[in-house]
Amino acid sequence: MSDTLLSIRGLTKAYPGVVANDDVSFDIQKGEIHALLGENGAGKSTLVKMIYGLVAPDKGDMSFDGATHAPSKPSEARQAGVAMVFQHFSLFDALNVAENVALGMENPPAPRDLAKRIREVSELYGLPLDPARMVGTLSAGERQRVEIIRCLLQDPRLLIMDEPTSVLTPQEVEILFETLRKLKAEGTSILYISHKLEEIRALCDHATILRHGKNVGTCIPADSTAREMAEMMVGSSFATPAAHDRDLGDVLLDVTGLSLPQQGDFGTPLRDISFQLRAGEVLGFGGVAGNGQDELLMALSGEYLTEAGSVALKGADVSRHGPSARRNAGLLSAPEERLGHAAAPDMSLTENGVLTAADRQNLTSNGLINWGKAQDFAETVIKAFDVRTPGPHVAARALSGGNLQKYVVGREILQDPEVLVINQPTWGVDAAAAASIRQALLDLAAKGAAIVVISQDLDELMEISDRFGALNEGRLSAPRPVTELDMEQIGLMMGGAHGMEVAHVEH
Amino acid sequence: MIRLEKRPQPSKAWTTFSPLLAVLLTMVVGGLLFGMLGASPFEAIRTIFWDPLFHPNFAAYSRPQLLVKAGPLILIAIGLSIGFKAGIWNIGAEGQYIMGAICGAGAGLAFYPSESPLIFPLMIFAGLAGGWAWAMIPAVLKTRLGTNEILVSLMLVYVAETILASAASGFLRNPEGMGFPGSRNFKEWGAAHNGELIANTGMHWGVVAALIAVIAAYVFLSRHIQGFNVRLTGEAPRAARFAGVNPTRVVLFCLGLSGALAGAAGMFEATGPAGQISIDFNAGYGFTAIIVAFLGRLNPVGILLAGLLMALTYIGGELAQLMLSLPGAAIQLFQGMLLFFLLATDVFTNYRIRLSRKEAA
Repeated sequence: MSDTLLSIRGLTKAYPGVVANDDVSFDIQKGEIHALLGENGAGKSTLVKMIYGLVAPDKGDMSFDGATHAPSKPSEARQAGVAMVFQHFSLFDALNVAENVALGMENPPAPRDLAKRIREVSELYGLPLDPARMVGTLSAGERQRVEIIRCLLQDPRLLIMDEPTSVLTPQEVEILFETLRKLKAEGTSILYISHKLEEIRALCDHATILRHGKNVGTCIPADSTAREMAEMMVGSSFATPAAHDRDLGDVLLDVTGLSLPQQGDFGTPLRDISFQLRAGEVLGFGGVAGNGQDELLMALSGEYLTEAGSVALKGADVSRHGPSARRNAGLLSAPEERLGHAAAPDMSLTENGVLTAADRQNLTSNGLINWGKAQDFAETVIKAFDVRTPGPHVAARALSGGNLQKYVVGREILQDPEVLVINQPTWGVDAAAAASIRQALLDLAAKGAAIVVISQDLDELMEISDRFGALNEGRLSAPRPVTELDMEQIGLMMGGAHGMEVAHVEH
Repeated sequence: MIRLEKRPQPSKAWTTFSPLLAVLLTMVVGGLLFGMLGASPFEAIRTIFWDPLFHPNFAAYSRPQLLVKAGPLILIAIGLSIGFKAGIWNIGAEGQYIMGAICGAGAGLAFYPSESPLIFPLMIFAGLAGGWAWAMIPAVLKTRLGTNEILVSLMLVYVAETILASAASGFLRNPEGMGFPGSRNFKEWGAAHNGELIANTGMHWGVVAALIAVIAAYVFLSRHIQGFNVRLTGEAPRAARFAGVNPTRVVLFCLGLSGALAGAAGMFEATGPAGQISIDFNAGYGFTAIIVAFLGRLNPVGILLAGLLMALTYIGGELAQLMLSLPGAAIQLFQGMLLFFLLATDVFTNYRIRLSRKEAA
């Protein structure tokens, strides 16, 4: 018996117009944490989907612990011992933890036994979770624990994790890493997909790097620098964002006592938020997901109207103005959810350009849209932000998440906003593209724009912000210059302890 | 095993060809149905689709009927399609059609027997206003109280039918009609008559209005920013709000427009082909127009063609009843099949079939 758990040989999968995986081969050893690295569209998702039985390969084969592994559906993969934690959770807000876990199992045990097993597993692996809690009340980190526990209950031999830390606070990341190391020590193999190179260096034994669907190399992360790995991934070196030394101008955005009642069953009310933003300044807002990020963006973009006098743009009250009026006055925004909020899935990129740029780019005259001009604008965005797509006629939903993100961010930046509010600017974007988006934001600030960046990526906020504030249950901590802060303080500021509160599972 | 797989983007080819395929399937299955009823399938299909246009004896009568029937269908369907694009489901066009007819006819009859050239324009305006006002009821209830416009607009059809019965036998009844229900005959009153513009073509002002509506809707949806906003609202409501579209205004606009066009269609019908307001003058155009809107892919040009096709099945269906003694219900079934097959083939616009072999584990 060899030490190889999963062996992949010559896997190839082509979709119309693109080869997602081209002759990919590598091995995952028993009891190792194996990183899978690559840019957006490098073929990571397709590869794990083949391992998990969601997609059938065109060519090549896999063997799992010596036996042929060719699952035609996920349940077959699960039976073989493969489990997967997806980037986007598939949980029902209105059900409790145990019910959600049961829904994802092949043969769920009786509810009482299940609750007991959830407690056992969650204590064993240091993943505090109360089976009776409603999922709607959980933080993103806790939701992820539900998914992980659901996988662990099936005693997997290979656990696939797709970008698990993108929604976690530093403290939660540490908890997760402890769990993964414990699993590894017990002999479980983990295939870990991430863009965060430092994490991979800290956690993984081996890394396989994909570029344009091909395996371009394997390395031992601990022996490589993040920069080396990133360069293998991109195929060329990329610039780290330039240090910022900016002169601040007048106050462009003045938010005073902004409050918003809870919207919907699982929304977060905003409570008495105040801050000032000057020309040339980047203000970073951190916080665990679900602490008012979406609501704050929508209150600033004009989708939610707030009490008169709460939002002033260049000295004029815009609290009662809708999105179009604020856009025309110079306040632009980019929401986090790309499909359905920032962009219409079935509309082309050209049409999605018109969505926010109609007025500012003069794409209409007498109410009639100039489609030629609109297409030019879309092409400009595609080119300037390196959006990988056959052209502006393509539907937004056909783009990979990272590419659509580049389009959405580029669409707003190229309209020369005076104030830009942006939520999760580099969510799901690869390292090189993330760096270029950050650079574009810094360039915009250097030109005198004021920028609010809401993000869950603290490294990102530290890198580009002048001041930092944290959202916690709809409240904003007073923004402080980043130079005065260290990571530990920030974690506490944004309620890093929040994830720990439920550590004491009842009984 | 057969699986449906979502396409990365909607197929252009299927968007165009699924209505044609639906028509073809309807002919095949409809033919079988007629065959089982004892008629020759080929003869039945020929009677429905060919004879109304080319039969030496009937064509002279039925050809003009094509525009007479297609006109209101197209006019109503254009209005409905714009709402459907925005995800606003006005199912009560039949009621708005009736109210438009009553208001249009009533506004004219108030000035009987004036021969002023302003009478007919006034009646058109009143027809538009009547349909608009009737559609504003579900619109305002939806925006103020969050009611479902499908239910409210549909229920209002039955209210409108009752008002129609009351109008025909009460306040709009012809005083010289010897007590029979029904209004004065507009065919005998030149200033208010919506007659044929070119003899023996069936072309009347309602058909002209339908053609104008097709062109206007085409420009509106493909070029105008408000048309874009309407489409955006239907495709992604949250993105529309982000773009700055006011959802309340879209609801009021779409229901108002579809109601006004349905009302105008009713007015043109009452003063033209029907000739008077009678108890049962509404012929179900408001409901059939829903099929026409979908058959035409909610696309103005498509609706123009679909309206003509639907009109043809109406005329051909009557002919088939007459010539082959097929039951009327079979003809209605045949028309319903068209929508059924259209919706079924429509799936392939966004999905494709994957045949996956069962693989050995």
